[in-house]
Amino acid sequence: MTEAVVSAGRPGRPARDAWGTWGVWAGLPDALHAEWTKLRTLASTWWLLLGTAALTVGVSSAVAAAYHCSGGPGGVAGCSPAATLADPAKISLTGVELGQVIVALLAVLAVGGEYGSGMIRVTLAATPRRLTMLTAKTLVVTGWALVAGLVGVAGSLLIGRLMLPGRGLTAANGYVVPSLANGADLRAFGGSVLYLVLIAWLALGVATAVRDSGVAIGLVLGVLFLFTIVAAVVPDQHLARHLQQIAPMTSGLFIQDTVNLRVLPLTPWQGLGVLALWAAGALLLGATILRLRDA
Amino acid sequence: MTVMTPPYRSELSAGRDGFGQLLHAEWTKFRTVRGWVIGMIVAVLLTAGLGLLTAGGSQTSCQTQGGPAQSGGACMPAFTLGPGGEPVTDSFYFVHQPLTGDGSITARVTSMTGLLPPANAQLGQVGPASTGDTRPGLYPWAKTGIIIKENLNQGSAYAAMMTAAGNGVRMQWNYTGDTAGLPGAVGPDSPRWLRLTRSGDVITGYDSADGTHWNQVGTVTLPGLPSVVQVGLFAASPQYTEQGQAFAGTSTIGLGPTQVTGVFDNVSGVGGTWTGEDIGRPLDYPGFGSYHHAGGQYTVTGTGDIAPIPEGHGGGADSAITINEYLVGTFAGLIALGVVAALFITAEYRRNLIRVTFAASPRRGRVLLAKAAVVAVVSFVVGVAGGALAILLGGAITKARGYYEFPVSGVTELKVIIGTGVFAAVAAVLALAIGAIVRRGAAAVAIVVVAIAVPIFLAISGALPLHAADWVLRVTPAAGIALQQAYIQYPQVTGVIYSPLSGYYPLAWWAGLLVMAAWAGVLLAGAAYLLRRRDA
Repeated sequence: MTEAVVSAGRPGRPARDAWGTWGVWAGLPDALHAEWTKLRTLASTWWLLLGTAALTVGVSSAVAAAYHCSGGPGGVAGCSPAATLADPAKISLTGVELGQVIVALLAVLAVGGEYGSGMIRVTLAATPRRLTMLTAKTLVVTGWALVAGLVGVAGSLLIGRLMLPGRGLTAANGYVVPSLANGADLRAFGGSVLYLVLIAWLALGVATAVRDSGVAIGLVLGVLFLFTIVAAVVPDQHLARHLQQIAPMTSGLFIQDTVNLRVLPLTPWQGLGVLALWAAGALLLGATILRLRDA
Repeated sequence: MTVMTPPYRSELSAGRDGFGQLLHAEWTKFRTVRGWVIGMIVAVLLTAGLGLLTAGGSQTSCQTQGGPAQSGGACMPAFTLGPGGEPVTDSFYFVHQPLTGDGSITARVTSMTGLLPPANAQLGQVGPASTGDTRPGLYPWAKTGIIIKENLNQGSAYAAMMTAAGNGVRMQWNYTGDTAGLPGAVGPDSPRWLRLTRSGDVITGYDSADGTHWNQVGTVTLPGLPSVVQVGLFAASPQYTEQGQAFAGTSTIGLGPTQVTGVFDNVSGVGGTWTGEDIGRPLDYPGFGSYHHAGGQYTVTGTGDIAPIPEGHGGGADSAITINEYLVGTFAGLIALGVVAALFITAEYRRNLIRVTFAASPRRGRVLLAKAAVVAVVSFVVGVAGGALAILLGGAITKARGYYEFPVSGVTELKVIIGTGVFAAVAAVLALAIGAIVRRGAAAVAIVVVAIAVPIFLAISGALPLHAADWVLRVTPAAGIALQQAYIQYPQVTGVIYSPLSGYYPLAWWAGLLVMAAWAGVLLAGAAYLLRRRDA
């Protein structure tokens, strides 16, 4: 005499009551709760959070420590902004370029891990509406990336304020010491958090599409770094500029630039928009394949 | 009565369990997974393809003053080539006379003075140093001294003893050779005696502070030196350059020519008539050089340089295509290789095949070694194929489009192709070791990418300041990229930024390989230890 109770609802609240009319979004709160529980109870989630923050801040501080403005042999160039073209905000945010690897890893594992262990079948049995499941995963990963990004970026801001003036990038030399009171800096630091969220979406979409964590992370990192490096070495300036405009990482990181904006191939927000298009495209691809394919 | 049945024995003879069988098993596993084979093909295509994109996609246009706009091959520079086939600068002021057969020349340098471009020159603004607003000063590599040269043609063989303004006495020969002699600056209180002797093809350089105590600085052989050579006094001072360090990369900006004047006396060993002339009329600024002879004192003024042109040097060489540009896809190929090599072991954990593997060959260290051997050999082949395709096709495309490739010898090309293979092989072993340690595909791939591909990316994309980029390529496993070093750094030529961005890696190829192999070795040993300690 067994009674199988299949209910995705939380105890004490009937499932699909108030949300019933929402169609596809019915059960989203429950799916969200389930995804949050899965993410929260994995030890790796918290290690990766710590890793993102540590790597971001660590790399930022290493780069800040290595920075020094070198003048020419005759002392002509000196340490003026016109000579060094240094961007204090961008220098202190260099760590984001490595922090994003861990953010992408977490997002890939959130989906790929379930395919690896077979857990995905249980998940889809409990949440048969696949888009609801994907939406819930996306929201949970977004929240995680926001927290990881905020911690890492706040640390980088602190690095920029504390270390860079000691490396010659002082207000007396004509540089802007990074501060959130400054509009451009607020955009650079806040935008970097958004950048990390978009990277998480891109990774989530790719992992949903290819289902294997190892291949997915390889693809995501390959795409991120590929365009940038090709753009850096292409001798043809026009081609390089176009590559920078469509490269998800290069254009996305324009959000960190605070000086010499005129030479950028795109404005900072346009650049972040390009990354957003990539992320949306990847999620759309993942969602379509998830809908059409067997788990 | 009981029937005794003998215990069952298989009729098959016992299989051997040597390392050969293990290799065969691992090789079979590798080649029968379609995704891995595709991954390896992708790695070759990425390694070769990205570089071809840059070779095929380059576009150069130029315009001489008042002339029509040109593009492509018409803009490519024609370098003077030295005896070793390397591009060289060979322009200086030469006070010379012929020397037949063996002989020697001795001279004392008593002073060096010079002119630099104006101190308030804006970056990028170029003005001739002969105009009124120059300032006195010596460029650190301004040179005056004595020289024995094959003939008066640019690019001919030579050996010279000289005082370099900021670098003491030097013996230099055939553009690339450079040996230090007495240190310290030249002045009336600290003159420098220089001597060159010729004996057949062999030229020996000496220096002295007092003209009585001589030190031999170096002996060089200039093969095929004719019987009659040109010998004399020279002065040369290279283009003044300024390094502007922008965060996204570093650039040199030429600020105009410099000038040096050397005063010689006690010139002995030759007794003919002197002729003074500019060798290789200094680009755009003719008529700088002069000499004046009065009462045993020779005053020689000149501009230009006698030196190799390193890849990435300002001016003509900037537009030359380098073989590093063909090889830019290496890092992307390594990502693909890293994925396959890491999955080669993590997939066994995921599918629990690892238990069967260890049941079949319980010596786990040997299993790991067999896997490492398989991925290393396959990756070596992939790296060599990708590197060879990139360099051969890249060179062909460059030539077909009429562009100029910065010349490297065939031996160097071969070295770089094999180096790419070794780089790929060590990277794959590293990825396998990381896969065996973390046992999860995604984590292993992420670590591999962070350890190998990201440092390369950060260093050669110009995302890091110069010093940071050098350090990244010294200490991370990406140090192995030194195996792809194709161009030589010349410390005696300044005005070039020897950075990873322009294809100069901070370590020698063997040192880079050592750093990377040390990482791979330590991680492989760690993986073997953990495999033995842990349950499968």
